[in-house]
Amino acid sequence: MKPLTHLKQLEAESIHILREVAAAFSNPVMMYSVGKDSSVMLHLAMKAFAPGKVPFPLLHVDTTWKFNEMIEFRDRRAKELGFDLIVHSNPEGLKMDISPFAHGSKVHTDIMKTEALKQALNKGGYDAVIGGARRDEEKSRAKERIFSFRDDQHRWDPKNQRPELWNVYNTAIRKGESVRVFPISNWTELDIWQYIYLEQIPIPSLYFAKERPVVEYEGTKIMVDDDRMPEELRNKAKNEMVRFRTLGCYPLTGAINSTASTLPEIIKEMLLSKSSEREGRLIDKDQEGAMEKKKIEGYF
Amino acid sequence: MSHTPAENIEAYLKEHEHKDMLRFLTCGSVDDGKSTLIGRLLYDSKLIFEDQLAAAESESKKYGTTGEKIDMALLVDGLQSEREQGITIDVAYRFFATDKRKYIIADTPGHEQYTRNMVTGASTADVAIILIDARKGILTQTRRHSYIVNLLGIKHIIVAVNKMDLVDFDEARYHEIKEAYEKEVLEQLPSMGGKRPETIYIPMSALEGDNVVDKSDKTPWYEGMPLLEQLDTMDIARDGGTEQFRLPVQYVNRPNLDFRGFCGTIASGTVKVGDAITILPSGKTTTVKSIINSGDITEADRNATTHEAYAPMAVTITTAEEVDISRGDMIVRSDDLPRVSNALKVMVVWMDDTPMKPNQTFDIKRAASVMPGHFEHINYKVDVNTYEREKVETLALNDIASCKLILSRPIAADHYSENRQTGSFIVIDRVTNNTVGAGMIVDVAAREGEQITAIKREYTNAEKALNAYIREHFPEWGCKEY
Repeated sequence: MKPLTHLKQLEAESIHILREVAAAFSNPVMMYSVGKDSSVMLHLAMKAFAPGKVPFPLLHVDTTWKFNEMIEFRDRRAKELGFDLIVHSNPEGLKMDISPFAHGSKVHTDIMKTEALKQALNKGGYDAVIGGARRDEEKSRAKERIFSFRDDQHRWDPKNQRPELWNVYNTAIRKGESVRVFPISNWTELDIWQYIYLEQIPIPSLYFAKERPVVEYEGTKIMVDDDRMPEELRNKAKNEMVRFRTLGCYPLTGAINSTASTLPEIIKEMLLSKSSEREGRLIDKDQEGAMEKKKIEGYF
Repeated sequence: MSHTPAENIEAYLKEHEHKDMLRFLTCGSVDDGKSTLIGRLLYDSKLIFEDQLAAAESESKKYGTTGEKIDMALLVDGLQSEREQGITIDVAYRFFATDKRKYIIADTPGHEQYTRNMVTGASTADVAIILIDARKGILTQTRRHSYIVNLLGIKHIIVAVNKMDLVDFDEARYHEIKEAYEKEVLEQLPSMGGKRPETIYIPMSALEGDNVVDKSDKTPWYEGMPLLEQLDTMDIARDGGTEQFRLPVQYVNRPNLDFRGFCGTIASGTVKVGDAITILPSGKTTTVKSIINSGDITEADRNATTHEAYAPMAVTITTAEEVDISRGDMIVRSDDLPRVSNALKVMVVWMDDTPMKPNQTFDIKRAASVMPGHFEHINYKVDVNTYEREKVETLALNDIASCKLILSRPIAADHYSENRQTGSFIVIDRVTNNTVGAGMIVDVAAREGEQITAIKREYTNAEKALNAYIREHFPEWGCKEY
């Protein structure tokens, strides 16, 4: 009887959390953002409910500015694993033709992400929303519970969180209220990559280095993914060996110069790197404590 | 031999696949240097990135308390409002790893009114680091922290005698504090049924990094290991307590008419295909037909099964006969039955602003079972500073007390000192839905005029003698006392 390795312990803990959601809530949903953390969560859910299917739908809030490859990957995985996929975009935002280039990252994120998420959650009437946030990502997340209570306006109150002890989770809520559940809270970025490597979990190829057309934009390099990028920017694009440490809206996701084209090379690069994962995300830099404010407003 | 990622990443990954995990809790009062210690561990194990360091530097200028140096505490203090107050106010979890282990730190404040946060952090910890300011020695909060650590069943305490730089790394001062801790704290701790925690002492300066990661040259008289090496080499494998098989049923998986699996996380012990099992509290029996260890499932093989599974695996088991089993039941091996009762002697930590009054109905959640229950009687409250008992009528926020808990139906109950997973519960307010308390089962009590449903086998004298003979002459069999 060997003690379980750290990854097997984390895996078992996450599966426990996913099953608790399926057992204790009547209408759960799992957020699916197509990134590596979502891929791990999906893999854990597949394990938790085998030989059956994942008993809740996956929800993708599509800002319509995601990398094209992400959308192809998402639809292919839905077919391969046979999960129910719900895609939501903010219809008002679409009418206004919201663009991160024209309106800036703050307006785009507010309308196409935060607002769209609220719409999707209200429409679905979900009582539990499973998300892929990790506590190592950002300081305000280190304090968040695994089962994190939200009032009927989806708001988080960091000063009034329910105590969370052992692995006994309080799942009691009133009608209209909900919980956000974070099964991979205790995983670090390194754990995620090691697990993807060991379990051979499929992830989008954007994580691997390749020659891609990129251009300097607001202090980082972004990739030319379609012709909605303003022409004067597109014209300045050059091919470079790059990859992405996180995936999101292509105009808001910084590429890094890299030659890491395999998982071990990515992990090596990560271990030797001098900057944290979120640095590539433009939205965090807006203001100090930015994430905490966004979370209180209802952003994940 | 240990590989670095730069020279051979595949070899490095292979090594790191076999790491295990250790969760520890740091306890100290507001200015014992707790956040500084955590910042130091993260910084020295290279988990602080340049952008985070730059952010801490700019914040150090704004809120820092260390003058020109980067305030390590600002690397870990989370929420904006707290940074402005210069204290941490909640439970936060931090992560770092060495070649040997992945670490999860529960960072909890030492401030008086936040006992509940420390209890929360302690509930999942294997080890507690208790910080003592070398200038101040044992304080009231040292006694309080030690009480909570012991109450929550943590088996290892590291007493970090911090700020040694401010007492010129004086050996005599260190020994004075060590002896005081043993006499005034450790020996006074009330027994919780299990063994007292094992204690290790380290002279330290978190600010200067002495005996944190590397052994300090300023404490040549100290023969022990620095903190990180200590953590890396501690044996926590046997802390699990009991080997009795306990599987709280969390979820019934019924994807089709041919499959009915009972899912849960094994709380303790081992189970094999063919084992005779009993479902509690119903007492129905069957045998294990198949076991799925969820960890073994792959995309290519979603039907993988195993012959044997053990704690803390998340498993699904199927049974030979169709037996009525639902969420909240406990599956145990038929040769190793716990007591079943609705009357329990418990220790309760009250966590809500509204005081607890006896006989008020709450929801009690133990593992996956939720049922109404009430505290019939408060036996006594414990003063966590003096360890003295006191008679009280109600429990206020942060009170810790011995109570008699009556549940609306019987459950299979284990002592917390033997089983942290099946011996613990939370108390939920039925109106606000808040978690208002946490509890640990100390004893399975009989209610007056009521029988405990003890499913305990009676042995003949011949069987008892056989048991004694085997235990005496064949200790290598690991035979238990009947």
